[in-house]
Amino acid sequence: MTRDRTVLALLVVVAVLLAAGPFLPRWMISLFNVSMGYGIVVLGMMLLMRTGLVSFGHGLYYCLGAYAAGMIDQIWNVSDMLAMIGGGIVVTAVVSTILGFLLSKYREIFFAMLSLAFSMILYGLLVKSASLGSTDGFNVAAKTLAGMDITGKGLRLTVYSVTVVVMGIAALLLHRYLASHRGRLAGAIRDNELRVEYMGASVRATVHVNYVISAVLAGIGGALMAINIGHIDPEMTYWPQSGEFVFIAILSGTASVFAPLGGALVFETVRSFAYEYSPNTWQMVLGITMLVVMIFLPGGLWSLFTRKKVAA
Amino acid sequence: MLRSILRSAVVCCSLLASLSTGALAAQKTSVKVGFVTFLSGPAAGPFGVPAKLAAEAIVDSLNRGEAPAPYQIKGFGGLPIELVIVDEAGGASKQVAEFRTLVQRQDVDLVIGYIGSGDCLAVAPIAEEVKRLTVLFDCGTPRIFEEGSYKYVFRTRPHATMDAVAAALYLRDTHPTARRIAGINQNYAYGQDSWNDFEASIKALNPDVDIVTSQMPKFGAGQYGSEISALFAARPDVIHSSLWGGDLEAFMLQAQPRNLFRKSTLVLVAGEPYLHRLPGKIPDGTIVGARGTNGVYAPDSPLKKWLVDIYKTRADGLAPNYPAYSVAEAFLGVKAAWEKAIGKKIGSAIPMGAAKNVKEEMDKAYAPPTQDEVIAAFEHSTFESPSGKVQMSLGNGHQAVTGTAYGATHFVDGVVKVEKIRYYKADEVTPPAGVKSLDWIRSGFKRGN
Repeated sequence: MTRDRTVLALLVVVAVLLAAGPFLPRWMISLFNVSMGYGIVVLGMMLLMRTGLVSFGHGLYYCLGAYAAGMIDQIWNVSDMLAMIGGGIVVTAVVSTILGFLLSKYREIFFAMLSLAFSMILYGLLVKSASLGSTDGFNVAAKTLAGMDITGKGLRLTVYSVTVVVMGIAALLLHRYLASHRGRLAGAIRDNELRVEYMGASVRATVHVNYVISAVLAGIGGALMAINIGHIDPEMTYWPQSGEFVFIAILSGTASVFAPLGGALVFETVRSFAYEYSPNTWQMVLGITMLVVMIFLPGGLWSLFTRKKVAA
Repeated sequence: MLRSILRSAVVCCSLLASLSTGALAAQKTSVKVGFVTFLSGPAAGPFGVPAKLAAEAIVDSLNRGEAPAPYQIKGFGGLPIELVIVDEAGGASKQVAEFRTLVQRQDVDLVIGYIGSGDCLAVAPIAEEVKRLTVLFDCGTPRIFEEGSYKYVFRTRPHATMDAVAAALYLRDTHPTARRIAGINQNYAYGQDSWNDFEASIKALNPDVDIVTSQMPKFGAGQYGSEISALFAARPDVIHSSLWGGDLEAFMLQAQPRNLFRKSTLVLVAGEPYLHRLPGKIPDGTIVGARGTNGVYAPDSPLKKWLVDIYKTRADGLAPNYPAYSVAEAFLGVKAAWEKAIGKKIGSAIPMGAAKNVKEEMDKAYAPPTQDEVIAAFEHSTFESPSGKVQMSLGNGHQAVTGTAYGATHFVDGVVKVEKIRYYKADEVTPPAGVKSLDWIRSGFKRGN
């Protein structure tokens, strides 16, 4: 077995991205910000998929994270970036812990549909709340970072740097978790739950923990997206958004924590250029990309970079 | 083999993406306009695609210098207009990303677009951040300039409060005995705002009215059986509705056979684009609005004739609907400001023979105006459009006001005609500067002190 170089690679990637930040064209910074926001959510999807679960309702936590970030400004006038991300983490952790008691009992299509149902309940509630702008949503602006004023010219770069660091930390922690005792149970649960129980491990507890972790990751992604986009609306918990996360997760593959991040970047880049070059058929471009990947690379884009090594 | 080809393809694409840095800076030979409208989704059919057709027709005609006075100069101040069309589908977060792409990668000179109010709200602060002139052409929410203040953002059509207030005024003028009022509006921001503004207006005009029911089916519901029953049971004199698109058509098809409108007058705030689709299915006497003096309410003028002619040749003989008129307002507003800015520069240039650098000064004066010069000329401007005169008077000169009109349908010889048209002036139906719409309505439409 070769030594795991993921941690080192991750640190190098974060360092390179941070160093490159000031030299990147502005549109790339915003492309990165959006991709990494998605990427962090898809990290959570990856963990669930490794556990054998597909959630069609992760928009719930993505949206909760974003609204938590936006509403601490509305309610307590707090517009510190770290506090906003913290708000997203707390809210999604609490909600997912509660829902997890129910959801961890279900598998396959029942899990997918139940999670979808919860996300659509939030959608319904938000659409009915006129004080939060109903379907129009409201604008969000981060003004400080740990107390320092970040408004003005460097705002985007600051958001970018924070996003890169948060992404790095999230990927690192998830990678460590996946390598841990409980983390390794995920694959075992997907393969055979009965055996896991016979081994003496609790399937339900593991599913519950993995669900909470993936929800918190989605919350962080949502909070970052709220800060980056500057506007939030109930569309974030509408089912096509959740579907998009599943889409990116399948596109990426689940072999490494790099996969969701790279996959999100590829997805956003393809989408962005498809919007630009084929405004009437951009959906088709995305669909064909997906088909090609599914037919030729059933393990996702990441399998391009791994399978050879495994064979060797 | 295939694997390595695919791998190199992915790597190459990422490299290409990181290397292409948008348009190269060069001598200005055209004005690049990003145009954002729904090309897919439910709003594409009634609004998005008509807007796109109108934009293409208008740009084409302006570039050939065929528009009537005062817009006979080619393009914007002589420079041809180049359109970059983008789909508005996908929600506000994607639109923010695409807006950045338009400005930072495609380097458009200005952006005209946005039908969804959520998209407008989301894009406005970004336009301010990237400092690029952005003209909102169709979205309705008054929140944009009532909750924010922008330098680079303009909206060349009046906001949706006007539609509700004018509908209430029209009812007062034509149906003074109507007491029992009901509503059916979609449960999303525009539907809720439309109903709230209308309810407040009708109560401000006549405190005795009775709101008997407000039905809020979800957006895209398609089935209105229970809502129609509820409306029946409430026995309203008037039914207010801001339904549009497939929802409106489905509601009409289901309500008509049940004779819902025999005793209740229907008010369709945004009904005008559907008149040609509903002959025989829209009861006589239905009050329809066009969100401004657009379409059938547009006053006859060479500009209206121009728009109708160029649009019909693009749209297989179909007349332009109100989104098409809104697009014309946006393009002509920018054109007027652009050319006014040039005029201002020429006017203030050094007179011939008075100084040494005459040639340089004159070159400068005749050069395309800078963005700041266009914005300065745009603020508080007044310009002519196919829908009549547009005044940029709210939101520190960034939000347009126009008059509006309502009329009642009459079905003759297989065509739906609109009769009993009443026009309302801008200051009868829009709040004064600095006052929020709902506060203004609740104050009983007070103007100044």
